[in-house]
Amino acid sequence: MDRPPVARLSAVSLHYGAVVALDAVDVVLPAGCMVGLIGPDGVGKSSLLALVAGARQIQQGRVEVLGGDIGERRFRASVQPRIAYMPQGLGKNLYPTLSVFENVDFFGRLFGQGRRERQQRIAELLASTGLEAFRERPAAKLSGGMKQKLGLCCALIHDPDLLILDEPTTGVDPLSRRQFWELIDTIRARRPGMSVLVATAYMEEAERFDWLVAMDGGKVIGAGTPAELRAQTGQKTLDAAFIQLLPEERRQAHHELVIPPRIGDGGEYAIEADGLAQRFGDFTAVDHVSFKIERGEIFGFLGSNGCGKTTTMKMLTGLLPPSEGTARLFGKAVDAGDLETRKQVGYMSQSFSLYGELTVLANLDLHARLFHLPATRRGPRIAELMQRFGLEEYADKAAAELPLGIRQRLSLAVAVVHEPKLLILDEPTSGVDPVARDQFWALLVELSRQQGVTIFISTHFMNEAERCDRISLMHAGKVLASGTPAGLCAKRGEATLEAAFISYLEEATGVSAAARPTAEATPDLPSVTPSTANAGNGPPSPFSLRRLLGYAYREALELRRDPIRLAFALLGSVLLMFVLGFGISLDVEGLRFATLDRDQSPESRAYIQNIAGSRYFIEQPPIVDDADLDRRMMSGELALAVDIPAHFGRDLRRGHWPEVGVWIDGAMPYRGETVRGYVQGLHLAYVQQVVREATGVEATYPVNLVSRYRYNQDFKSIYAMVPAVIPILLIFIPAILMALGVVREKELGSITNLYVTPVTRLEFLLGKQLPYIAVALISFVLLVFQSQLMFHVPIKGSLLALSFGAVLYVVTTTGFGLLISTFTSTQIAALFGTAILTILPTVSFSGLTTPVGALEGISYWIGQCFPASYFLIISRGTFTKALGFADLIPQFIALAAFIPVLTLLSVALLRKQEK
Amino acid sequence: MRLDHIYRLGLKELNSLWADKVLLILICWAFSGAIYTAATGASQELRNAPVAVVDEDQSPLSRRIVGAFYPPYFRQPAQTSLAELDKGMDSGRYNFTIVIPAKFQHDVQAGRVPDVQINIDATIMSQAFIGATYIKSIALGEVNEYLTGTRDSSASPITLTTRVRFNPNLIGVWFGGVMEVINNVTMLTIILVGAAFIREREHGTIEHLLVMPLTPAEIMLAKIWANGLAVLLGVSFALLVMVQKVLAVPIAGSVPLFLAAAACYLFAAASIGIFLGTLARSMPQFGLLVILSIIPLLLLSGGVSPRESMPTLIQNIMLAAPTTYFVRLAQGILYRGAGLDVVWRDLLAMIGVGACFFNVALFRFRKAVTQTQV
Repeated sequence: MDRPPVARLSAVSLHYGAVVALDAVDVVLPAGCMVGLIGPDGVGKSSLLALVAGARQIQQGRVEVLGGDIGERRFRASVQPRIAYMPQGLGKNLYPTLSVFENVDFFGRLFGQGRRERQQRIAELLASTGLEAFRERPAAKLSGGMKQKLGLCCALIHDPDLLILDEPTTGVDPLSRRQFWELIDTIRARRPGMSVLVATAYMEEAERFDWLVAMDGGKVIGAGTPAELRAQTGQKTLDAAFIQLLPEERRQAHHELVIPPRIGDGGEYAIEADGLAQRFGDFTAVDHVSFKIERGEIFGFLGSNGCGKTTTMKMLTGLLPPSEGTARLFGKAVDAGDLETRKQVGYMSQSFSLYGELTVLANLDLHARLFHLPATRRGPRIAELMQRFGLEEYADKAAAELPLGIRQRLSLAVAVVHEPKLLILDEPTSGVDPVARDQFWALLVELSRQQGVTIFISTHFMNEAERCDRISLMHAGKVLASGTPAGLCAKRGEATLEAAFISYLEEATGVSAAARPTAEATPDLPSVTPSTANAGNGPPSPFSLRRLLGYAYREALELRRDPIRLAFALLGSVLLMFVLGFGISLDVEGLRFATLDRDQSPESRAYIQNIAGSRYFIEQPPIVDDADLDRRMMSGELALAVDIPAHFGRDLRRGHWPEVGVWIDGAMPYRGETVRGYVQGLHLAYVQQVVREATGVEATYPVNLVSRYRYNQDFKSIYAMVPAVIPILLIFIPAILMALGVVREKELGSITNLYVTPVTRLEFLLGKQLPYIAVALISFVLLVFQSQLMFHVPIKGSLLALSFGAVLYVVTTTGFGLLISTFTSTQIAALFGTAILTILPTVSFSGLTTPVGALEGISYWIGQCFPASYFLIISRGTFTKALGFADLIPQFIALAAFIPVLTLLSVALLRKQEK
Repeated sequence: MRLDHIYRLGLKELNSLWADKVLLILICWAFSGAIYTAATGASQELRNAPVAVVDEDQSPLSRRIVGAFYPPYFRQPAQTSLAELDKGMDSGRYNFTIVIPAKFQHDVQAGRVPDVQINIDATIMSQAFIGATYIKSIALGEVNEYLTGTRDSSASPITLTTRVRFNPNLIGVWFGGVMEVINNVTMLTIILVGAAFIREREHGTIEHLLVMPLTPAEIMLAKIWANGLAVLLGVSFALLVMVQKVLAVPIAGSVPLFLAAAACYLFAAASIGIFLGTLARSMPQFGLLVILSIIPLLLLSGGVSPRESMPTLIQNIMLAAPTTYFVRLAQGILYRGAGLDVVWRDLLAMIGVGACFFNVALFRFRKAVTQTQV
């Protein structure tokens, strides 16, 4: 290998908090070949790949990739178009609601390819990967294998010189896996200069790589060709060679696993499944599966992710009622309501469902109690399990803090705490290193052979399947074949279980070896104008409208296909407008009042009539006595009680100044205050009338106070409410959606595409903002319609000015959401953070109840620096104050000034690399 | 249904809550700081209202009137001119403007009853009516005092004695503080229980419970009692310490009766939380649902503005929400000192509605846990 290496790492360390992911790694990766990183989960393979891809920030050390320092920003920008990175996890950087074509198309846009170039490349890539037929299918509905092929298409759209694949085949069925590697081989044959860097947990795959790096605990423990590694350790298989390379103390824990043969006790079945089927809508997850498992047997379900293993297991546990067919446990039909059968079954789900915040001991104790272990049995049983499963030293540790392997053992201990006769284990060993996996199997073997427990286990590892007494091969919801591992191999005449499985798969899917979609299907794959993408070979342009619009288009598609977010975006504002418009009414009317009339004279009745005749009050049945008055006021029935004394009429006639008492419910101060105002007004009017009738003289005041209620002559709450609610809703909902839009990508992993493609932060942010601006404007239009048609609040001023203000305002409010999304990392934090940060200043400091000018100190400055203050003036001004465009120019300028400030802040705070 | 299961699972639930520091901080804040800020902060009382005066008279009487406006109700009035008046009101700089005409004092003394114009920005609903009433009474009082030496005007043939019950001085803090407690009960219970349900579903632990000899009703009741207990502790603290001691607001009725009613309400609100949890597929979706359902619950139940000023249709729809009954009975007990003899009907209705939500949530429970494909 005389070429310069593709990557060179010197003294590279990486920490996540207290966890060391990479520990002073020095390694040189040769160019132009397949380099494999091997080792179990969590040893630092992914971190290393992310550093090489430029997706993650370098903390310590130096990483050189393709002849330059990837830690340097400008070099990274120029080299990124030559690198393709496929992160771990099936379809992690894909967009699940987008179709196959749309996904690849999006990546094409990110690399600045024109429409024709994209069309041509996509057609060729889809043809060569056999995805043509599924062009329009959403990525979420692809099988694991197809997702990975799609990921490959997206990675290859720009003809990279370095292809980085992080565990591309984990959880994929063996046929798809083989096809995947054949595809890689074909591509490499066409582009011999391309280097491929792969991480894998499958040792059998690693055999075919040119050069390997074995890793453990953040360190490189060996490097060389597969043959060299085997020779160096003197082992026959890579699996064994890897274990030999492990440090001494880790290796000691390992013993060769020996499985004693099972002595069948004949005939009796623990599980009988007959024609089980499960449909979710039009998708058939499990398609008429039948099998029988004898007592004490270890029965394996082998298949890829999403082939129906988990669903079948859920039907057996009674979690999921089958759509068709029957399942019987120990001869009894599975019944969700049957608590007795459940005591005989132990279940361990894929996610090791433990209570992470409880300690090891508390987890065991809780389950023992819930399974009704008698108090005398409980202690000894827990102690026995802790000892047998090697959990004693972790007794007081929270389950969440345990290493994966220990957590898995605890999970098994929890599943067997009640000594079940049947264990259902759903992929119990995924992600666990080979040593821990063998220890786990030793426990299973003991349970099966010594205690006669029936074990039903699912896995996607071939070597685990080989340890089972019998297995079923599963694919796409169907059982392809069942039998002993050796029997299945023999039946197909294949040497390994993997080959036998592939042969069954080929038969089932109708794909024969000859017709595999490889080279001959696409003879002109390399001619895909390999020059264009790398043509200039200079750094990509610093700003590209095409990349920006690419993001905008994709975001719009995703939003359109997410019913809950879309409904929230469009209907949320309308619903909340309805609620706020009708709900926060400051009109005080329809007040219930009643009288305790101790006089019953014409005068007292006239006084009551004076109140009852007003539009604010509704008369209730009269009050009987003082106790009645108390009770009815206490229950809140009466807002006002009037107490007219005996001899009221007589005293009035005689000029003895009778005294009327009124009781006002002051529980709601605003209402009480208003009621008092009403009552005093009505009382005065009555008195004036009495005086006028008695003396014929109009009683007058020394001055005439003329009040003019401006802007809202009827003094109806709704006219004030509607123009104030629009600014609230146009900041609240757009900001939340915007913040979610970015943080979602962080949470789901597709943010990686920002890290490793030439798209800039500004393009990313503006591109994502555009669709939300559009949605917010639609909701503005809906709100205006609603104000006209439902609330009948006229716009007295300029609609144009209102709309212009709204455009500026929603650009600002979505910008505010973007800013929040740069420093939140989970969707739920973004959601509630945005809600609080928008609602509080809008309601309290932007002039909703008190004008900004009337605020003092910090509140005043918050008000001045918050966009809602300005749009509130625009909205109120155009709705109620008949203002036009020219009157509002200062507000427009203020709103417009927010836009560049918010955008630049977001750009500055957003990271182009993962920290 | 076994009580020991419910008890045991509830303890586990408390453990999980204890481990979730974010939620703990939320509970603590909601029943301490949030109560204080809500009570003392935004109020609907007249405070610092910006007033401007156009004084074309510049006489001792007119200056006397202008001088009568001062904090806390009003700001020191700004002097302005007729030409500037509209602009000031259009931009929202002034909420009230008073125009005193030329020769005002002269006219008053001559008994010519001059006009004083009071312009009110009626878009500020909460202050407009009350502010106008205050301005009128202050101006009239000053004129009367100037003329007769007493603030009261002519003698009246009937004396009106107004007494305000339950909050004699109509202090906003009394209302705001207690109402915030009631609102936070709704918000927290729904968020806590719903989030606990979603969290268990995302971690797969709830499936695990369902394969054990436990029934969904036991799982739900455990969540309700444990999270309900946490909220109830918070409420007790808020009422006994924050409201009574810190804010010095008297509570009219029996606190134990209120807490017992709150416990019944927690059952209903928690059922709504689980119900929303069964509708959402993930925590973010749950968050959006919570926003869309809590805001109407809080605003339309009578806790913010009186029910009688809402359209009849909304009043009727809200009878299906337990919050309506709870707000009514809580106001009855806490503000008006109502006893069980007064509130029992609301209490029964609330429990009945709560039981309906519980059963709907129970019906959806198993399906929601197992059918969801994440």
